[in-house]
Amino acid sequence: MMKHSRWFGEFGKHAVLLIGAIVVILPFYLMLSFSFKSPAEIQSISGGFFGSQELMTDRRCIKEGRSVEECSMRPVVYNYTAAFSEAPLLRYLLNGVIVTVSIFLIQVVIALPCAYALAKLRFWGRDVVFGLVIFCLLIPVHAIALPLYLMLAKVGLTNTYAALVIPWTISVFGIFLMRQFFKTVPDDLIDAARMDGMSEFGIVWKVMLPTAIPALLAFAIFSVVAHWNDYFWPRVVITGDRDLMTPPLGLRMFRSDLDGNEYGPMMAAATVIVAPLVVAFLLAQRRFIEGITLTGMK
Amino acid sequence: MARITVRGITKKFGELDILKGIDLDIPDGEFLTLVGPSGCGKSTTLRIIAGLESQTSGDVLIDDRLVNALRPSRRDLAMVFQSYALYPHLNVWQNLATPLKLRDLNFWERLPLLGALVPGRAQKTKAIGEIVRETAETLKIEPLLDRKPGQLSGGQRQRVALGRAMVRQPAAFLMDEPLSNLDAGLRVHMRAELAELHRTLAATFIYVTHDQAEALTMSDRMAVMMDGEILQIGPPDDVYEDPQDIRVAEFIGSPKINILPGSGDSAGGVECLDARLARRLRTPVDGNVSIGIRPEHLELRSKKANGNFEGLLVHAENLGSDVFLHVTLMGGEHRIVVRASPQEAHDLSVGDTVWVGRERGRAMAFGTNGQRLPLVSKQRSRKVA
Repeated sequence: MMKHSRWFGEFGKHAVLLIGAIVVILPFYLMLSFSFKSPAEIQSISGGFFGSQELMTDRRCIKEGRSVEECSMRPVVYNYTAAFSEAPLLRYLLNGVIVTVSIFLIQVVIALPCAYALAKLRFWGRDVVFGLVIFCLLIPVHAIALPLYLMLAKVGLTNTYAALVIPWTISVFGIFLMRQFFKTVPDDLIDAARMDGMSEFGIVWKVMLPTAIPALLAFAIFSVVAHWNDYFWPRVVITGDRDLMTPPLGLRMFRSDLDGNEYGPMMAAATVIVAPLVVAFLLAQRRFIEGITLTGMK
Repeated sequence: MARITVRGITKKFGELDILKGIDLDIPDGEFLTLVGPSGCGKSTTLRIIAGLESQTSGDVLIDDRLVNALRPSRRDLAMVFQSYALYPHLNVWQNLATPLKLRDLNFWERLPLLGALVPGRAQKTKAIGEIVRETAETLKIEPLLDRKPGQLSGGQRQRVALGRAMVRQPAAFLMDEPLSNLDAGLRVHMRAELAELHRTLAATFIYVTHDQAEALTMSDRMAVMMDGEILQIGPPDDVYEDPQDIRVAEFIGSPKINILPGSGDSAGGVECLDARLARRLRTPVDGNVSIGIRPEHLELRSKKANGNFEGLLVHAENLGSDVFLHVTLMGGEHRIVVRASPQEAHDLSVGDTVWVGRERGRAMAFGTNGQRLPLVSKQRSRKVA
């Protein structure tokens, strides 16, 4: 009897987990699957994950007056070439990299000294400043989007990289996160660095930064994912110039370019846009664990 | 090499007086230990000398040079921390080289890639490498140079921390409970090694500890601190043999000194429980006094005699070379510890009645305020009279 009820419990647990996993993975699965299949297969929902990969002809290619042979190709090839040729997908990706990397770097440059001061230095008004940091965590981005836009417009920065980057350079979340981590760094380590003759900025970059790598990676994941995937803000400040569009914004443009049933190339583009994040996360995950074992303080 | 002088240092945290006027004069090459219970201000004193903490008032002088306003690194002192505080992301070699790099290389020379282009850097780096190697050799940590602190044992980290302090050849070494994180055996071993290192380097050492054994075994002089004050400063022998305050007497010595209530009379005579001391107080006290007798100045007696304490054996601690007998007197009202040899203690068992005698001239008297009251032998007091 006991054995039965335990088996039942295990079954229940796994069923719930399985359903959860399916809900999360299914859209992703469909995206990937659609990016491999021909339009016909997508519409009839057939062909399994990879599709039959039968040769298909590109209608637009035929319209351009080329031979059928020249225009027939595997659906997967068609989808991915269309993704790269119909829109400047590489340009979007490059923009995404430029924007997210500069945001993250400037965030670190600002947040680390702030966090160090808030965690380890004693000065008048420190607690008030930290209170303000917490308070700023509560302000939603969308609430201040309009004033931000107006300010950027006044100084003529709309439709520039600066408009995409500047509003995010001071990350209160980053300051908060790093401050909490720096709190756990022993004071002795900082005092030892001072005895060795390090300046306070030296301590931030040469002692605190290396010990904070795990926390910094966690912050990097938050920051990069948020700004790589951000659709709202680029949509506000990038109004005309396609060369400045970030991947999500580009995807939106892509959709309006192609006729409604061209799911294949669109999903191929979506896959390409998501891929860097997935790869980056897998790499970071390894470093993450290394980073934690690195801090052998005690 | 330096002489360190501390004059009238006070420190307040808000309303709290952490230090109430500390005066120290540490001659060049001395091993001075600041010892006291936790929270007595000994670490704060050390940190003020180091420059890591600022004093509320008072002066710190190194070689008669006022250093109150000098940054820690400019004071040319090195510090060893209880937690070792090694840079966790750097290997041992880099840990040892860091203080030298910071001192000898300028900003441009320290830059990661560009630094290599600065003329003269190669020689400086070579000199640094030489010093690091020599230091590692002295401390026998050469095989560990490539390892990170996380891969070292406590004792090895301790050596690396010492090495990092040594490389700069500082004017003085400040040590903040450097042995507290080691296991008991290693601690005893490192005690000897530190004392040896002090002799080799002939540098000034200021050593902070709460362990009176460390203070007694290593220092040239020890300063016993309590509640933000130095109660007594002197060579370990003097402090142990001749404590000026009951708190010092109780803190120094293991097992603790036995304190028994006594009373003085107007003639200077002192009575302790039902025994009378042979010596008299130089200045008679008419009233309560405390009598301190160290366990090694008490001995077992085979039978009741005048001046002996009769008591009940409640516990025996066998340390191999000595046995410490815990004896209750007066039906459990007082408890004393008596040192006995294993032979003497062999036939005793808990619950036995024992007689405890005193070695002549060893008891110490303390007034109600904790001050030591000098005792003199009868003849001398007669002479004086």
